[in-house]
Amino acid sequence: MNWIADFVRPKIKKATSKEIAENLWTKCPECGQMLFNKELEKDAYLCSYCGHHLRLPLKNRFEMLFDDGKYKQLALPKLVDDPLSFKDSKKYSDRLKAYRRLTKNDDAIMVACGNIGKIKTVVAALDFTFMGGSMGTAVGEGIVKAVDFAIKTTSPLVIISASGGARMQEGILSLMQMARTTAAINLLKEKNIPYISIMTDPTTGGVSASFAMLGDIHMAEKGCIIGFAGARVIEQTIRETLPEGFQKAEYLREHGMVDIVFERTEMKNKLVKILKLLLNKKD
Amino acid sequence: MKDNEIITLEFEKTIAEVEEKIKRLKQVEAGEGIDIGSEVDRLQQKSQRLLKQLYTKLSPWQKSQVARHPNRPHCLDYINGLIDDFEPLCGDRAFADDMAMVGGIGSFRGQSVVVIGQEKGCDLESRVKYNFGMAKPEGYRKAQRLMDLADKFKLPVIAFVDTSGAFPGIEAEERGQAQAIASSIERCLNLKVPFVSIIVGEGGSGGAIAIATANRILMLEHSIYSVISPEGCASILWRSAEKVKEATEALCLTAQDLRRLGVIDEIIAEPLGGAQRDHNEIILRVGDVIARHLKELSVHTGEELKRRRTDKFLKMGRHLAKPE
Repeated sequence: MNWIADFVRPKIKKATSKEIAENLWTKCPECGQMLFNKELEKDAYLCSYCGHHLRLPLKNRFEMLFDDGKYKQLALPKLVDDPLSFKDSKKYSDRLKAYRRLTKNDDAIMVACGNIGKIKTVVAALDFTFMGGSMGTAVGEGIVKAVDFAIKTTSPLVIISASGGARMQEGILSLMQMARTTAAINLLKEKNIPYISIMTDPTTGGVSASFAMLGDIHMAEKGCIIGFAGARVIEQTIRETLPEGFQKAEYLREHGMVDIVFERTEMKNKLVKILKLLLNKKD
Repeated sequence: MKDNEIITLEFEKTIAEVEEKIKRLKQVEAGEGIDIGSEVDRLQQKSQRLLKQLYTKLSPWQKSQVARHPNRPHCLDYINGLIDDFEPLCGDRAFADDMAMVGGIGSFRGQSVVVIGQEKGCDLESRVKYNFGMAKPEGYRKAQRLMDLADKFKLPVIAFVDTSGAFPGIEAEERGQAQAIASSIERCLNLKVPFVSIIVGEGGSGGAIAIATANRILMLEHSIYSVISPEGCASILWRSAEKVKEATEALCLTAQDLRRLGVIDEIIAEPLGGAQRDHNEIILRVGDVIARHLKELSVHTGEELKRRRTDKFLKMGRHLAKPE
């Protein structure tokens, strides 16, 4: 077997070194400037040239939100993978494996609990890097569990969305998660527990058409895309070019769908202010 | 509707040929007074046999075509056939009246009800009028307004779902299509009256579930209900419009798939050869099934109905055993 090991090893080494080289820089999708990754992480993934908000990894967002960057991640129950045995050019079960390796997470959601401005808060966040943050049964489960925990501990709930919509590979079951998550949010609303929906890039399809648009307060990160149908689908349907700034956070605020458009650097302060006011808490 | 007015689907060609022969023989018989009744009988039996063979084994893609069949009874056909004294109600009280979302009050077998549903239209003119059954935010807000009415006067709600999806357009986005659908789902869940939803043709994604978050979800035998259209799925996942058949199969969107997956409560059998071949029969069957479900639901209090609906959807897609 020695020759196999010898043969394989150089290949792996090559791939790793290439990966590191590629991961040194990121191009700003807005202004095209090359940004040094270490700097980018330090700058909360904001472009140092044009201020564009690049996608922020979940862990970094949690660290920004929770006091002293400290939080407890909630374990989520494991559901049956690939309920439809779905296969397109690749098996869905293989896609899941690949994304699990890539993100070191089981699916596109993380639920955490900790203090935000000294207020015990439950935060559920969708991970765009896991299959475009798409909502299948596992994401639905995460939202339901986050609501359960918020009710049990009477803590406000914050959901940070970043999703292209429902997960096609789970067919009708992913569509059902729209009703399922809405049913969960309803339970929270009955208890008068605050639910803040934070929309980040992108919040579209089945996620925007369910829990993301049902918050007591809607916050959206500057410049992010929010909408129901994708821009390409709309263009193909109506055969018109879309107006400037279409489906951007600012456009949604202008049309009455979002309360607050925030810069990432002020995300935590805004959220703390709102939670304190809603809960009538003094410092 | 007469047989010869029905549009033939591609896979029905053999049947269409036999039916054409029957038609011609009948013309000959009438014109020349020759008795060829036995030949006509034989051909009619053959056509029935072919229909049965074909329709008991429809592929998911064929079912999708039947579900979208232009001669299939649509929302207004069911309303006309089942609801007495139907009074259409208009508008969302905020922006406009969405013609794609039909709604109103009427009497179903002696019980006042609120009816909502998407109407696709049956010819070019009416299709344009009803925007092909694709509702805009004002349509989903109209549905909510009618559900408010149902709650206030304790009237059961019947929804006929038939849409390729919510309308994707600039003005729909501007007026908050996502929010309108989300709040419509929420409104469905909060209803304190019996709520039965029937997928009569096409249940297209968010635009469908917005009025299908019901106590009982029923589907016609050859209807479909999906998270995305087969065409959309093929172009996104296969990057090719030609893979639409594969996409249709992978999506598990037939009534039979959904029953197996525990999403719907009952399948309503269609007349031989699909609902498009016998409007009166399918409308009657749909009416009977709705009546049975409404009766079953009527024993619960409003609070119970709401709780049961919530519990039903909280479990959707959970702990699911793998299908074979």
